[in-house]
Amino acid sequence: MSGRLYPFHGGLDLPSHKNASNGRPIQPGPLPERLVVPLRQHIGAIAKPVVRPGDRVLKGQLIGQPDGYISAAVHAPTSGVVTAVEPAPVPHPSGLTDLCVIIDSDGAERWIDREPVDVRRLHVSEVRNRLRNAGVVGLGGAVFPSAVKLNLAGHCERLETLILNGAECEPWITCDDRLMRERAAGIVAGLRIMVHLLDPREVLIGIEDDKPEAVAALNEACAGTGFQVRAVPARYPSGGVKQLVKLLTGRETPVDGLPLDVGVQCFNVATAYSAHRALDCGEPVISRIVTVTGHVARPGNLEALLGASFAELIAACGGYQDGVERLIMGGPMMGFALHGDEVPATKATNCILAAGAGELAPEQPVLPCIRCGACVEVCPADLLPQQLYWHARAKEFDKAQDYHLFSCIECGCCSYVCPSHIPLVQYYRYAKNEIWAQEKDKERAELARRRHQARMERLEREQREREAKLRQKAPPRAAPAAGDSAGGKPDLETAVARTLRPAAEGRTSSPLPVAGEESGVKAGVPSTADGDR
Amino acid sequence: MRFKTVTSPHILRETGVGPVMRRVLYAMLPGLAALIWFFGWGVLVNLLLATAVALLAEAVMLGLRGRPLAPHLGDYSAVVTAWLLAVALPPLAPWWLTVLGVLSAIVLAKHLYGGLGYNPFNPAMVGYVVLLVSFPREMSAWLTPHGLGQEYALTLVETLRVNFGGELPARLSLDALSGATSLDVLRTQLGLGMTVTEVRNSPVFGIVAGYGWEWAALGFLVGGLWLVGTRAAAWQIPLGMLGSLGLIATVFYLIDPAHYAPPWFHLCSGAAIFGAFFIATDPVTASTTPRGRLLYGAGIGILVYIIRGFGGYPDGVAFAVLLMNIAAPTIDLYTQPRVFGARRR
Repeated sequence: MSGRLYPFHGGLDLPSHKNASNGRPIQPGPLPERLVVPLRQHIGAIAKPVVRPGDRVLKGQLIGQPDGYISAAVHAPTSGVVTAVEPAPVPHPSGLTDLCVIIDSDGAERWIDREPVDVRRLHVSEVRNRLRNAGVVGLGGAVFPSAVKLNLAGHCERLETLILNGAECEPWITCDDRLMRERAAGIVAGLRIMVHLLDPREVLIGIEDDKPEAVAALNEACAGTGFQVRAVPARYPSGGVKQLVKLLTGRETPVDGLPLDVGVQCFNVATAYSAHRALDCGEPVISRIVTVTGHVARPGNLEALLGASFAELIAACGGYQDGVERLIMGGPMMGFALHGDEVPATKATNCILAAGAGELAPEQPVLPCIRCGACVEVCPADLLPQQLYWHARAKEFDKAQDYHLFSCIECGCCSYVCPSHIPLVQYYRYAKNEIWAQEKDKERAELARRRHQARMERLEREQREREAKLRQKAPPRAAPAAGDSAGGKPDLETAVARTLRPAAEGRTSSPLPVAGEESGVKAGVPSTADGDR
Repeated sequence: MRFKTVTSPHILRETGVGPVMRRVLYAMLPGLAALIWFFGWGVLVNLLLATAVALLAEAVMLGLRGRPLAPHLGDYSAVVTAWLLAVALPPLAPWWLTVLGVLSAIVLAKHLYGGLGYNPFNPAMVGYVVLLVSFPREMSAWLTPHGLGQEYALTLVETLRVNFGGELPARLSLDALSGATSLDVLRTQLGLGMTVTEVRNSPVFGIVAGYGWEWAALGFLVGGLWLVGTRAAAWQIPLGMLGSLGLIATVFYLIDPAHYAPPWFHLCSGAAIFGAFFIATDPVTASTTPRGRLLYGAGIGILVYIIRGFGGYPDGVAFAVLLMNIAAPTIDLYTQPRVFGARRR
């Protein structure tokens, strides 16, 4: 089936390198002795651990509970014993640690009771809840909790288009390609769940045309469903959400908006598949397809348990070949380089690329921008990258925002074509981080200011109350008179008065706080007049 | 295992400032060949002298500014500047004229403004204009396009003697060698009240424009189209410039064909083609937005026509380019493309 396509501006034809790993079927991943399962494998609040060291867990058992609306559950990828719940290295560009549940496998792979459910018999909110508790998140790499996206929540009356993203536009990565070829029926089953929740007018599946087998498999699986498979030209970054939405529907997601604002919702094919496993099979998300490619002996795709280390996955593909210079999670355009391979695979790990010098750009001196505009030509967000660079470099962040810095999707096209080899994306990330930091500082300063103001008001109020109370306690005429004549000594005088008249305090205190305030206010300014009188 | 971490993207296109600039040089070859054929060895001598001086000046300036030599000398930008200027110089220009022009371009217009990428004005055109306003006599001594191997053609040795010693061979006088260009002739004769048709009968004219010149223009057109085709130069600039020049010339020609030269004459004369594809397209000093480039080119075309028709110089590409250089940042500001997802204006 073919429909009209609406090309987006810019983009690149990249060498695909997909042949390296898409020839062989998905292999089951290794069962490591120890799994390090991060509790934050999604966007949003980190899951709350619900197991303690020493607990026995079954495969698929909940170990981290979603905490708040935007959060997702985490499950034990295999059966075994929890040995620790502690910070451990995770695959993140910062190289920092994050809270993980560490499980020693017992090798038995004993499952929890898996309960398939019939989605049509459940209320939609119950279906969403089950997806949330099964840890279903976007597996295209963004790992946003899917249950949230499967709720229109008044965003639009009826969804126009539901898009399934099988574009997989980054070079080297083939996990979605293999999944579509081998498990198209499961993907379509998951898609049905999504259709049940969102009730869209049309369902489109976008796949880049360099994956004819996947297109054919999904076409077959979609027969009779009304879902339409659209082969889109292989042009990076057609798999970017905004780009794919434009490509398939012609609609542009607003600058500060979501595809939902133009009546479109988009999910990755692997997300649909995991929704199917979660509800139709009762299996939460404990594994994902990971492409292991580059300089490894047997590049291919593994169905890897979450929490298995990169080192083990690479070993399962025959280990490193000589000359690996960089270990990249994700693709070569947007993926990030890791310090080491002792980090666990997570729901965001679509690809592990062991890149050698041949695959990487050689180190080249950075020359000044010659304003050639090659970056403008390839920018899929229609930005002026050279102007953004200019302002980011000069730390003119407000000007960078005038040039729509935050519309940048960091796809890397501009850096890729820059003849001066300027790491443009790096400058944009830097500028964004600086702006976020400044905003946070501003918020903090504002908070401190408000707190300070509140404190000053409280102190003033307390002072007033104290004074009022004192005035009330003191004899109505003596107090102001004493205050005036003795200058700085009213406290002493009143203190003396208080000790002299302990009984009076008890008598007058309770019924007159309001009157006391009043007299205090009065006494504040015209006290001299009072004294004179 | 420990690995190096670098931010994405991890792959880059095989490109560079050097390859881009080299492509500009290659694209100039057909036009240069035509120039050498019609105007003799002097063109080549100017070219080589300018290149040598430019590289030397570049190296000295980089050294003074504490910049690494290799990457910047290897970017070929100085050579491009040298060639652009050399093409614009009279073939028998004395050596010091070339040297002075190149130094003005590289030292004054380029490095004093911060070097590659930071110069607001096209260096070659700054060099050219400095020479044009300072040494009008030397700069207007263009040769009559005789063609190599013809009666008046100088040998290489004779050319070098003229360039470096100022000695003309005994058999020839400067008057016999040099002559007004077609734009000069048109300008002066129209000023004397003649019609375009009468002027066209002058022997300096060829098929559509100046004899010899039109072949150089054709050569530069071929190279320029290749340059634009390979995306080494922005297509909007030559389109804008030649489009506006052609359009405005057509309008005047239709109004009064007796006193205004036809559009094809304007397009094929002087530095129009060369300027459109090679000078105005200098990315550093041009507009960078797609729409801005069209406007920028169009502005140059209009200015060229105005200067040619109503100004004090026979050709005006250099002045037009410099004037639009100043306007480029403003044009960029007002021609930003609509960002993806922004409301249509």
